[in-house]
Formats: sequence, structure tokens, C-alpha cells
Amino acid sequence: MSWPFDAVDLARAQFAFTMSFHIIFPAFSIGLASYLAVLEALWLWTSREVFINLFNYWLKIFAVAFGMGVVSGIVMSYQFGTNWSGFADKTGPVIGPLMAYEVLTAFFLEAGFLGVMLFGLERVGPKLHFLATLMVAIGTLISAFWILSANSWMQTPAGYSVNADGQFVAADWLKLIFNPSFPYRLVHMVLAAYLTTALVVGAVGAFHLWRDQHLAGARVMFSMAMWMATLVAPVQIIAGDQHGLNTLRYQPVKIMGIEGHFQSHPDGAPLYLFGLPSEAEGKIKYAIEIPKMGSLILEHDLDAPMKGLDTVPRENWPPVPITFWSFRIMVGMGLLMFGLGLFSLWARWRGTLYQSRLLHLFAMLMGPAGFIAVLAGWITTETGRQPFTVYGLLRTAESASPLAAPAVGSSLAAFAIVYFTVFAAGVTYLLRLMAQPPHPGEAGPSSELPARAAGITPAIESVAR
Amino acid sequence: MTIDLAIIWAFIIAFAVFVYVVMDGFDLGLGILFPLFPNKADRDVIMNSVAPVWDGNETWLVLGGGGMMAAFPLAYAVLMPALYTPMIAMLIGLIFRGVAFEFRWRTEAEKNRWDLAFAGGSWLAALAQGIALGAILQGIHVEGRQYAGGWWDWLTAFSILTGVSLVVGYALLGATWLVLKTDGALRERAYRLAWYLLFAMLAAIGAVSIATPFLHIQYAHRWFTFPNVILTAPVPIAVAAVTVALLRALANRLDAQPFVLTLMLFALSYAGLGISMFPYIVPQSIDIWQAAAPRNSQLFMLAGVAVLIPLILTYTAWAYWVFRGKVRPGHGYH
Repeated sequence: MSWPFDAVDLARAQFAFTMSFHIIFPAFSIGLASYLAVLEALWLWTSREVFINLFNYWLKIFAVAFGMGVVSGIVMSYQFGTNWSGFADKTGPVIGPLMAYEVLTAFFLEAGFLGVMLFGLERVGPKLHFLATLMVAIGTLISAFWILSANSWMQTPAGYSVNADGQFVAADWLKLIFNPSFPYRLVHMVLAAYLTTALVVGAVGAFHLWRDQHLAGARVMFSMAMWMATLVAPVQIIAGDQHGLNTLRYQPVKIMGIEGHFQSHPDGAPLYLFGLPSEAEGKIKYAIEIPKMGSLILEHDLDAPMKGLDTVPRENWPPVPITFWSFRIMVGMGLLMFGLGLFSLWARWRGTLYQSRLLHLFAMLMGPAGFIAVLAGWITTETGRQPFTVYGLLRTAESASPLAAPAVGSSLAAFAIVYFTVFAAGVTYLLRLMAQPPHPGEAGPSSELPARAAGITPAIESVAR
Repeated sequence: MTIDLAIIWAFIIAFAVFVYVVMDGFDLGLGILFPLFPNKADRDVIMNSVAPVWDGNETWLVLGGGGMMAAFPLAYAVLMPALYTPMIAMLIGLIFRGVAFEFRWRTEAEKNRWDLAFAGGSWLAALAQGIALGAILQGIHVEGRQYAGGWWDWLTAFSILTGVSLVVGYALLGATWLVLKTDGALRERAYRLAWYLLFAMLAAIGAVSIATPFLHIQYAHRWFTFPNVILTAPVPIAVAAVTVALLRALANRLDAQPFVLTLMLFALSYAGLGISMFPYIVPQSIDIWQAAAPRNSQLFMLAGVAVLIPLILTYTAWAYWVFRGKVRPGHGYH
């Protein structure tokens, strides 16, 4: 029996598939955990009912999304061993401790306090409950810290040596953890998570304002989300630019792929806006380009010479069409978010934030934009690292497990079937929860909320507006 | 004198796996017993008795896997491809049962479907874990630094036996947990199940104990030669003592004791496994010193473990304390 794909390709497809599904949930729950902490803090501080209602409304959504993140995450932590045992053996001594610290400092913190956060408000009282919410939110951020450190080390390895067994060994843990691309990637990803959540919250708020412009909960969530878009989208564009400059310095070949620079440009490289990258012909076909703009953005100099993929051996090229296109999708989404932020600021200034149908429509359409940008961004950076797992040091082909293609193929098929059925159901339930308007006396996942959250009076309701 | 970090880490990983086995064991056990409780109200109570803590329970599995990659990367790299199919099956089982905790409250129409996912996923995960254990014990074909067997090597009569045994053991943990956490007709049911399951578990412990020495001469040698036997003989004696106490607790209906005593049975069985395997991490081919990560990796993590594990145990205990006491119908968290 002959298989059309080899085991390494199938293992890569499995990683890409399971990772793409997984990243959606943490990207959302990192932002949502922080949002919930802010809502609960505002409730404790102002005692306004609208905040606890919104807290309970989003808490139910958080519970479903978090559960899906946990189960899809366990798959990731075992996949290093099942499909990538070469990688696990070689990098275990450096990547392993980073992930172990993620479990010890983040996963346990989240899991330990999640039960109290979801179900324990009336058992422990508001103050301890807020502590639990805060711990879950901090846990998601600590988790991002360690896993992005591990990922960044694979992109820009530092602080290591190689032992007699060919394993990477730590020479300097601080240099290893705070490797060159880590600070940029951490900032870029956490901001992305915040923006992703803000866009979802904004879309849900807009959806309910569309039907009732006076709904207090919808107004508050929409306004908060639009502030996030206004303030964070421009910061994210700056952070992304800085991340790009860092990549140019440490992973220039990835930038060649992103920019579609097949040829070297000794006196100023163009910026290709769009076109069809052809690896076979070594050029961008039907290119729409701005001359010298590429050098201006990357080197801040119109005439800066830039090397192209013609200086790189063919076997070390990343897959150019994927990196080229996924990068453009990410940037496009970022610009649209920036546009939404500006539009909402203008509407706010005009006093039409809760009335502008056009704004609400735009916000609803932008609901999934954060997820699309996160996925496109990760595809850019991960395929841009190819054909290596540890950039420049360990090739992807040497990282795989000694497995036959049918084994990897059948597990890929099993995961595909399971993910599409389970997560499709989960997303349906999430959308169903979001389709419910937030209302006074909103109950959380616990049915035993304190009496004060129930039986809200119209007077309090008008304060909330 | 240098401290033997490999031994310390072997104990840490063994501890993490054991905590996982007992903590996720009882909530997997609830899933295994789910088909025996067709009543909707009973099912809600059963779910609510673990809903606040299941996620923390499962985190120990991530620590066991992640910790092994960090402390014994070679063993992780050899074992995972060797146990490929059971591992994938376990992960898929855990997905189905994990999402069921939330999903079943989000839909009336499809609730039965998620109850089925909870039960089926728990069965699959428990069976796969037991099979993986048997596959490790019976030995794994290694060449150089890689697994060198086929992708069906794990499947033998012995691994099926350990798979079924673990299902039975988890079910007993689940039943005694229900004795502890519920009352009324549900608790009566759990008491009756605990009787049957205890005898099934004793049979399973007996069968695995008899079969293991026949797998490798080293196992027989470890257990039955002098002076080893002085150290190994107390294990079966303690199993007998705990069994008597457990029978008494079940007969006298002391709600809190059966669960704790079942945990002790698990601890003793686990100690027995440790005696059989030590110092190998991949039996008969890779010992803990060969598999150990470089000293500075193990030391770097040890600092964290020393501080964080006690902290984790403290706030985990607090979470259990918050949700202590019997769970009653209509007073659920959902």
C-alpha cells in the first residue's frame, strides 16, 4: 500500500490542524479572563448591577471556551512526544523546563481557582471570589509568558550549548528564557488576545444594540470594547512593526518569505502589496509594488540594500506563498481594527456610539477578525521558521517520530473528526449564549447567586445607563 | 557528595502521576459508572460533585507528561511513539468527557448525547491509560535513542488485562466518592456498586500481580528472592489489611472511609508497580540515569517544584474545602 504523504508531512498537518483549533480558545480566554477581572473589580468598586450582570453573562461564555481550551491543550502537550519524539529528545532539556514551569505556575493556578470563580461566589463571598477571578486572569498571562518563551526560543535560540548526545542544554537560563524575539512576541500576542476579545465583546454588544439601543448591558460592553479597539489597535501596529524589525535582524530569511523578496535588491527593495509568489520561477507574478518602500519600512532608508532568497540555498527556503499571504491577511485585519477604533471614537465624539447602525454593522462584521489575525499571524511566524523546528539548528525532518505514515494519518483523521464534531457543537453553544441579550439579574454558571443580584429594580437599571 | 537528582525526579514524576491517578481517577470513575445512573437528577448531582475540581485534577496529567519531557526527555521520546495509539485514544477520550462538563448544561435537546460523551470518553481514557501501563510493563523495543517497534506492539493480553483493571479501579474510586459526596437513594446505589467493584478490583490486583512476574525474569527476581522479599512482602500484607478495613467500612456505612481506603489500595498497587520497575523508566532498556535530562535542567526545575508544589497542594485543598460536604439535588452549581 502506498501513501500519498510521508509521515513528516502528516505530522506537520496534524500539528497545524490541532494547533490552529487550540490557539483560538486561549487567544479568547486570555483576554476574557482579564475582562472578567475588570468587570468584577468595577462591580466591587461601584456596586453598579450592570457590572455583575455582565460578569455573569461573560462568565458562562468563559466556562465553555476555557473547557475547550483545556482539552485541546492537553493534546498539544502530548503531541511533542507522540509525533515529534526527535524534537522532544533533542530539545527536552531546554523546552521541557519552560513548559513544566508553565504547568506549575499557570495551569494549576487557573485550574485551582477556576472552580471557585465559576461556582463559588456565594460560598466564599465577593472579596475572595474576586481573588479567584484575579488568579485565573493572572494564570492565563503567566501561561502566555512561558509558552511564548518556549516558542520564541525555537525561533531565536539563545543561551544554549549542545551535549554529547546531540541534545540542546541550557548554558544560561536567563538568556534562554529572554531570548531575542521573546519580548516582542509576548507583547504582540497578549495585545492580540486583548484585541480579539474586545472585538468579540464589541460584536456581541453591537448585535444587541441593533435590536435595543437602550439595553444597559449592551451599551456598557460595547463602549468598553470600542475603547479597547481605539487604544490598543494602534499600539498593536507599532508592536507588530517592532516585532518585524526584530525578525529581520534574527530571521532574515523569514522576512524574505513574508516580503516575497526572491531577488536581492542592492539599491532599495520594493514593497509588494499583492501578487502571486511563484517559487518555481523565483518571482512575484502580477506584482503590485511600491518601489523602495520595503527598504523604507524595514531599514528606514529608501536605498538600503536588501538580500533576497537568491542568497539562500533552496533547501532552506520557507514556503513563500503561505508566509506571503498569511502576513498580508494579518496586516489587513490589523488595519481594519484600527479603522474600527477610529470610527468608534468619531461616533463617540458625535454622541452616536449607541445609535450608529453603520458602526454596529462594522463591529459585528469585525467579530471574528481577531481570530483570523491571530491564526494568520501564527501561520506566518511558524511556516516562516521552516524548514527548521529550532531555527537554523534542527530540521523539521529530523524532529519527527519514527512512525509509519498510516499511524500518523489515522490519528490525524481521528482528530479531524473529533474536533469538527466537538468544537462545532461548542461554538454553537457559545454563539447561542452570545445571542441571548444580557439582562438584569443575569445568573452565572452557578444557580445560587447572592440574592442581591436577583430582583433588580428599574431605578438601579437607570443608574446603569 | 552530589545529590542524585535523577532519583529525586523519578519520585517527583511518580508523585505527579499518582496524584493524577487518584484525582482524575475518581472523576473518570464517575463517567465509567454514568450508564448505571440513568436518572437525570442523579446525573446532575454526580456531575456537580466534581464540576468545580475536575480541571485541576487533569492538570496533574499535563504535569506528568510535561515534567517527564523536561526531566527525562529520552524516556518521553521513546514511550510516546511506543504508546502511540493508546495515547491518542486517551486524548480523544479526555476531549469528549472534558467538554461534556460544560456542554451538557448548554443544551436540553442534546443533553443525552453529552452524557454519552462523558461516559464513553471516561471509559476510553481509563482503558487507554491502563493499556499504556501494561504496554510499559511488558517492555518496549528500543534501538539507540528511538522506539524501534511497530505501532501495534502495545496490544497484548496483558495490556488488555491492565486496561480493564484500571477501569475497574477507577469505577471503585468513583463509587466510593459518591458514597462520600451524596446521600439518599444515590448513596445506597453507590454502596451496592462499591461492594461488587471492590471484589472485581481485588481480582484485578491478583491477576496483574500473578501475571507480572511471568513477563520478565527480573520482575520475579525483584519480588521473590532474598533479601528483597523482606521489603516486598509487606505490600501484599498491607493490601490485605486495607481490604479488611474497607469491607468493614462498607458494612458499617462509614461514608468518609471507603474513599480514603480505596486511595490506599491504589497507593499500594502503585508502590508495587514502582518496586517492579525501579530503576527503569522504560523497563529493561532505559534506566532513570540514562534518561535524565542534564543536571542543570533538573536543578532549574527542582527549585520551582520545591516552592510551587506545596503551594499548589495548598490552594487545591482550599478549592476542595470550599466545595466540601454532600451535594444535594437542586442545589447544584449550574
